[in-house]
Amino acid sequence: MANSARKGPSSLTIFSTAFVLLWIVIASFPFLWTLWGSFKVQGDFFSKADWRYALNGTRTLVETGGQFTGAGYAGAWIEQEFWRAALNTTIVVFFTVVISLTLGTLGGYALARSGYNYAFWLLMIALVFRAMPHITLVSGYLLPFFQWNLWGHLPTTIIVLVAINQPFTLWMLHSFFLNIPKDLDESAMVDGCTQFQAFRYVIIPVMWPGVITTGLFSFLLAYNDFIVTAMLLSRDNQTMVPAIAGFLGSTFEEGNVMFAVAAVVSTTAPLFVLVMFFQRQIVSGLTAGAVKG
Amino acid sequence: MFHKTLALAGAMTILTGTTAIAGCGLSSGNVNILGNDFAAIQAVVAAAKECASDGVTVESNLTTEHRDLQVAALTANPAQYSAAIVANSSIVPLLNDGLIRPLDDLVAKHGQNLQQNQLIVIDGKVMAVAFMANAQHLFYRSDILEAAGVDVPTTYDEVVAAAQKIESMGLMDDPVILNTKTGWNLGEEFVNMYMGTGADFFTPGTAEVAINNENGVAALNMLKALTEYSNPDYLTFDSNATAALWEGGQAALGIMWGSRGGPILDDEGSTSEITGSTVLAGAPTLMGDNVASTLWWDGFTIAANISDEDAEATFVAMVNGISDNVVKANNDDAVWLSPVYEPNPASAGVAATASAGATPYPMIPFMGLLHTALGAELTEFLQGSESAEQALADVEAAYTTAAKEQGFLQ
Amino acid sequence: MTHRSFLMFILPSLAAMILFIALPLVSVVVQSLHIEHEQVLKVTENCGPFGCKEETTVDAEATAALRAEKPIGRFNGLGTYFDRGHLAIEDVATAWAERTSLSGFFSDLYNLPLYKAIAFTITYTVVVTPLTILLGLMIALGVNRVTPILKGPTIFVSLLPMIVTPLIGSLILFWMIDAQGIIGKSLQFIFDDPELSLKASPPLTWITLMTYGVWHSAPFAFVVFYAGLQTVNTDTLEAARIDGADRWQQVRYVIIPHLMPLVVFISLIQLMDNFRVFEPIVGFSAEANATSLSYIIYSDLRGDTMRFNSAAATSVLTVLGVIVLLLPVLIRTWRDFKGKVV
Repeated sequence: MANSARKGPSSLTIFSTAFVLLWIVIASFPFLWTLWGSFKVQGDFFSKADWRYALNGTRTLVETGGQFTGAGYAGAWIEQEFWRAALNTTIVVFFTVVISLTLGTLGGYALARSGYNYAFWLLMIALVFRAMPHITLVSGYLLPFFQWNLWGHLPTTIIVLVAINQPFTLWMLHSFFLNIPKDLDESAMVDGCTQFQAFRYVIIPVMWPGVITTGLFSFLLAYNDFIVTAMLLSRDNQTMVPAIAGFLGSTFEEGNVMFAVAAVVSTTAPLFVLVMFFQRQIVSGLTAGAVKG
Repeated sequence: MFHKTLALAGAMTILTGTTAIAGCGLSSGNVNILGNDFAAIQAVVAAAKECASDGVTVESNLTTEHRDLQVAALTANPAQYSAAIVANSSIVPLLNDGLIRPLDDLVAKHGQNLQQNQLIVIDGKVMAVAFMANAQHLFYRSDILEAAGVDVPTTYDEVVAAAQKIESMGLMDDPVILNTKTGWNLGEEFVNMYMGTGADFFTPGTAEVAINNENGVAALNMLKALTEYSNPDYLTFDSNATAALWEGGQAALGIMWGSRGGPILDDEGSTSEITGSTVLAGAPTLMGDNVASTLWWDGFTIAANISDEDAEATFVAMVNGISDNVVKANNDDAVWLSPVYEPNPASAGVAATASAGATPYPMIPFMGLLHTALGAELTEFLQGSESAEQALADVEAAYTTAAKEQGFLQ
Repeated sequence: MTHRSFLMFILPSLAAMILFIALPLVSVVVQSLHIEHEQVLKVTENCGPFGCKEETTVDAEATAALRAEKPIGRFNGLGTYFDRGHLAIEDVATAWAERTSLSGFFSDLYNLPLYKAIAFTITYTVVVTPLTILLGLMIALGVNRVTPILKGPTIFVSLLPMIVTPLIGSLILFWMIDAQGIIGKSLQFIFDDPELSLKASPPLTWITLMTYGVWHSAPFAFVVFYAGLQTVNTDTLEAARIDGADRWQQVRYVIIPHLMPLVVFISLIQLMDNFRVFEPIVGFSAEANATSLSYIIYSDLRGDTMRFNSAAATSVLTVLGVIVLLLPVLIRTWRDFKGKVV
């Protein structure tokens, strides 16, 4: 494709380049604006008095004496100990992704290789499960979790996130495994391997692109989740998104909006590294997994 | 009573004073506090934690999600939290389910320093101890009112007249702001306005709603008259939005929460021209002397499903948390219900509203259901696509459905 | 695969889903068929910082006795599903019987909370899903032509709308589209209307929410399509070119058929997610002009009094709605599955 592009007519190249540039602006502008605003004070970020304040930093100059201020970052990370939330998010995300993928790979493989009707119905039921609004599920968990003293701990939240994420994980990995030729593991079993050995020695080595793609979506689910983490974690174990929401204040009390803005910007940085690192696998994995639908 | 507390504040400082003893004189017990997450409550909980000692543990979970957790957390046996910090609306679900215990014996034993007016008495039993107050009231810009040549409005008719004059003189577009975001905020605005009619929300002694009448229509029409002088985005305005607009100098007459007064008056986010002329005054009246606002308190309650020993430890720790020293050290973080509290310009509005005879937000078991129905069903009327009567009929229908589901109506 | 080894493989995953989704789902269905007990009320004198007052309270002891008798409440059958907060069959019947015109009937219908929510939910789903797919495809075709060295950063930037937490991402955009915000001001300038506000009128709010929806989901479609493009058979393309197909014809007759299975996959996921639209409504404070099924559930559960029975009924209706919506895709999957067995 890359080669053919160069041979393409120049007007098309111009159009396509212009379109990509436009998209890049649309996709990144809100983020860049937030990045810029995160170094201002709230009066400039909202710029209710005059929208140009956001560009000139009028209030920032008055209140801090400079055009830019790191007060939002200092407040969030040092004063409000946002690093704790970052640490909790790391733990939650790491274990959610690892456990989701472990369970999902086993289950997805089984669903892809079983020709019985129940495999199909399981997939359908998983789809129904995915349709369930999370907030209803979480409200139902509260009482039993409090009663059995499970509430507020990171492991509980991790397991809930894994379970809620299972339907999607199963679907993606199932369609990915469909793409791996059946002959591979069947011939291994003819050679005397058990089903598990066939999976272990034949399938695992070739499944990584699909697993990594599914992992990306598990990651985003756990990383961006608000409802589960806000309702199931105590303050000490809070993750980043509820912490950011907490910075915004409530009806009665003023929050620290700039802390929230700085925190939002900070949470995006690790994702950049992640995407850069995995982009090749993400792309190849998705193809393999999704083509079969 | 509230007014007196504030007025006598200085004089009584000497009479009450607590001495901090390590462990607050407790030998054992587990304390765990659930509450909202803001400066005043953080200070209270930090002081309660001073009671921790060898046998006494004091933990806390301060989160903005506390309202959604409290019922489940206190229903568990033993309860996850020994104390829940509530307001007069959020205490209701705990009372309905009998999840908090009467505090009379504990008040008698350890509550010598509490004021009578801090005790929330329900059916003759002390169920909570209040420590701070709040209300929505008038904020105005003295410079703009002066330029328009109008007096400080004390009734809502005067507010509308003043807004009309400010706008017609070209001093400011959309001079009025209210917290009118669809949902809880809009519901609260109607509740406040309806209070100004002096009528009851429900037929006394029953759960039948009684707002679908001329009083309801009057309250709605006043709300609409006010929103006509508001920014067209008013249905998205919550406290954060109104405070930002006020600090940006975009409004001259606001009905906002007293607890937002401090941050608005400080030197952050606004010019001295705006903060210097911002004055906090009592809530206006609607009909006769009826103040169109509700008073709110924050207080602590103690869970029913815990041991008596833990309950006692919790009570002692919480009383230590709202001691005079805490109030003095954090005077400007809240309007404290304490004799040592020093009133300041940021609390003037709440004090004036209380002394003008405003009544508390009703602690009625089904008030929350009505509030939700109001918040959801009034939008179309304000947008002009529905009559006031239709809007109130919708509220009544939505409330009745909810109340039947909850077993309040048959 | 034998039944036994199938079970061994699926068990951990199945156990997690049964425990945390299936059992709660059963409990949700059961609760949606019940309502709370009668509450025993009494009038008491209550006092506080602002004086004393006669108020109605719940007789907690008497109510607790009723509750202990039947812990899950009173059986109500489908009553909750049919009440005004849900399908409102009585109100719909009245509106139909008393209709003066069809539009009058629809405006009566729109006055009922569930139908109001459904109107927005369905519009949002049917508008956002195809636009997402189209935009995602265009971006993928465009990015595919970018110089290799710039591809990584381009992909990252393209993913940004998806990876910023929706709740916060929509909030930030909400601040930007404010009449005093950068986007709001720009729009006022472009349309030469200083009074223009995206937040005030229902149509503009809907357009804003849908634009956000497309912006937020396009990266998902983009990644999937972009990956699919990497596997397009270059020989086929070459052949098409030799036959004189122009660039557009190549896309139309070679690339799109190749990507068709991906379109099905994206539709499946997007239909389901868009049907549950929630975060943008809260983030954009759009409750006044647009509500969705998920928003109704949220507001039932977030009041001072939690209405779990009502939320449960709406949840079940949402699940049923999703199933109806996905039925065509599901039938296709069933055919594929049967094909696989043979």
